[in-house]
Amino acid sequence: MRYMLLIHHDENDLGDPDRLNEIYAGWAAFNAALAKAAGAAPGERMEPASKATTVRVRDGRTGIVDGPYSDTKEQLGGYFFIEAESLEKAVEWAELCPASKYGAVEIRPIVPPGRDY
Amino acid sequence: MADAARRAAERAARDSYGRLLAFLAARTRDVAGAEDALAEAFASALQSWPEQGVPANPDAWLLTVARRRQADAHRRRLTRQAGEGHLTLMREELDEIAMTPDAIPDRRLALMFACAHPHIEPAMRSPLILQTVLGLTAADIGAAFLVPAGTMGQRLVRAKTRIGQMGIGFEIPDAADLPARLDAVLDAIYAAYAKGWTDPAGEDGGQLAEEAIWLGRLVVSLLPDAPEAKGMLALMHYSHARRAARRDAGGAYVPLERQDTALWDLDAIGAAEALLHAASRGGPTGRCQIEAAIQSAHIARRLSGRDNWPAILQLYDILLGMTGSPVVLLNRAAALAAVEGPHAALASLAPLAGDKRMLDYQPYWALRGHLLAETGDRAGAHEALTLAMGLSADPAVRRWLGARRAALQDG
Amino acid sequence: MRYLLMLYADENAGAAIPPQDMAKAMDTMYAYQEALTKAGAFVSTSALAPTTQARTLRMEGGEVRQTGAGFVNEGGALKVQDGPYAEAREQFGGFFIIEAEDMDAAVKWAARCPAAQWGPVEIRPIVNTLSVSEAPWCADGGFAAKE
Repeated sequence: MRYMLLIHHDENDLGDPDRLNEIYAGWAAFNAALAKAAGAAPGERMEPASKATTVRVRDGRTGIVDGPYSDTKEQLGGYFFIEAESLEKAVEWAELCPASKYGAVEIRPIVPPGRDY
Repeated sequence: MADAARRAAERAARDSYGRLLAFLAARTRDVAGAEDALAEAFASALQSWPEQGVPANPDAWLLTVARRRQADAHRRRLTRQAGEGHLTLMREELDEIAMTPDAIPDRRLALMFACAHPHIEPAMRSPLILQTVLGLTAADIGAAFLVPAGTMGQRLVRAKTRIGQMGIGFEIPDAADLPARLDAVLDAIYAAYAKGWTDPAGEDGGQLAEEAIWLGRLVVSLLPDAPEAKGMLALMHYSHARRAARRDAGGAYVPLERQDTALWDLDAIGAAEALLHAASRGGPTGRCQIEAAIQSAHIARRLSGRDNWPAILQLYDILLGMTGSPVVLLNRAAALAAVEGPHAALASLAPLAGDKRMLDYQPYWALRGHLLAETGDRAGAHEALTLAMGLSADPAVRRWLGARRAALQDG
Repeated sequence: MRYLLMLYADENAGAAIPPQDMAKAMDTMYAYQEALTKAGAFVSTSALAPTTQARTLRMEGGEVRQTGAGFVNEGGALKVQDGPYAEAREQFGGFFIIEAEDMDAAVKWAARCPAAQWGPVEIRPIVNTLSVSEAPWCADGGFAAKE
């Protein structure tokens, strides 16, 4: 079963370049492990939430807003995909992920294509 | 105060503001500085005139408030700061205008030419005009163009800075340059109009269309000898006349051929016809006039019941010769289908087959879907209508296309 | 440039939609995906199972320290909770990853997505996208240079 793992972290915490390098070193090892695992895709990093745009349609009018959907202290910083037999196995991957140390990792099962909600 | 009176008062405030801004900006070459000098006075007018009525001399009113604010700002300045020179300049300008408030020349046309100058990126010309001539906010403008308010604000600042940096003059172009430069202004006004009516149900959408028409009227009044300006205004009137008929009571999309003509605004049509007449007396026909003539023909066909598609096709032939535009080719194909059938129309679209711009152009796929359905090519029609659905941002249009697609099964 | 379009919607409201209507809605999503594909803008899409099937992991307590090998959380305990990262009126329920020239172009696509009618669509520019065979996305120092 395919899972999307979402990384939430406080961007302000991670602003320090040295700290960022540390994070990336940890990720390098993790991504190498991901690369060896079947069905996994390496992590994708996103621009900071300040570079987000949110589209909302209300009463037929399309509104466009600078910024993310929700203004939380920790923001979505990246994601990756894995194949795992079960949610428990997915949790094991999440534990390995460096983000679990300094942020939060959210695990979302993916609906197999061809099947709807 | 009644709604219409409130809107008229707001209109008077924008009119006065635009005139004063254009005059100040033209003299100082500093659009942002001029906006800054008038901002509070304008906000004040927008708030109080709809409540208390439009003053006898609106320009003098705005000037008085603006000068008072400049004097206050000057008094409050305890230390020298950068920009004081610019504030002083504005104050002096305002003082000078105040000497003869009844004699403020209308420099809005020059301002529009500056905003639509070749050095200004095309996508920013419409927003610039809407902000400087009408005083619309970055938020409202951004909403119309699908750009967040903050981002639109930044882009406007950059564009205005560019006007100053590049030394873009506030002049009416000379006779040789005028047609092309006027084209750019008219395009910018029409861009605002088009944004306005893609959302016919929305209240704000209607407002932007009306602002664009107002700008069109302004250009016509300031350039009475330019037939293309009349052509553009006529075009907007023809389109605006049909706004009540574009959606039915349930919000479903209604194409032109099916619209209830009883819902059309005959006054707007009358105004458009008069403009078109006046335009054709004033010189060679141009792009806007031909487009307006096509709209006039569509409306005549619906109102009279007489088939005039061959005449419309001829007009498109002329327009295509003038512009070579793929959009014109596409619209011409719809007319060609009415005259010679769907096969001829599809054949005429062959030049667009390899055009990458068509890949995400909804009207192309919608028309192809319609034509292919007429030829009996159900598979081709299904694919084209699916793509048209996927490219539509309006759910009413999506639903309508979906229904056409489903009807393919019924043969 | 790549963009992640995050589709938010009230999943409880979604679950209450009759299957016939849901099928029609999915139909419009397939049409949208076809249009993206035709235009060369489609990268991927998935629906996510409802947040009732989500789990969220984080360290509770302890102190996060940098070490030579990366980050450790000292003294904290790993907590796994049922549910999504944040509770909100609308939940992240699916996504499209698209290729677009700039944010304006991405917004144009987002406005066409039928899901924009059901809830907000958040658009996030993706910093660097590398295939499995290339270097990892945040390897030593290379992250800034790679685009």
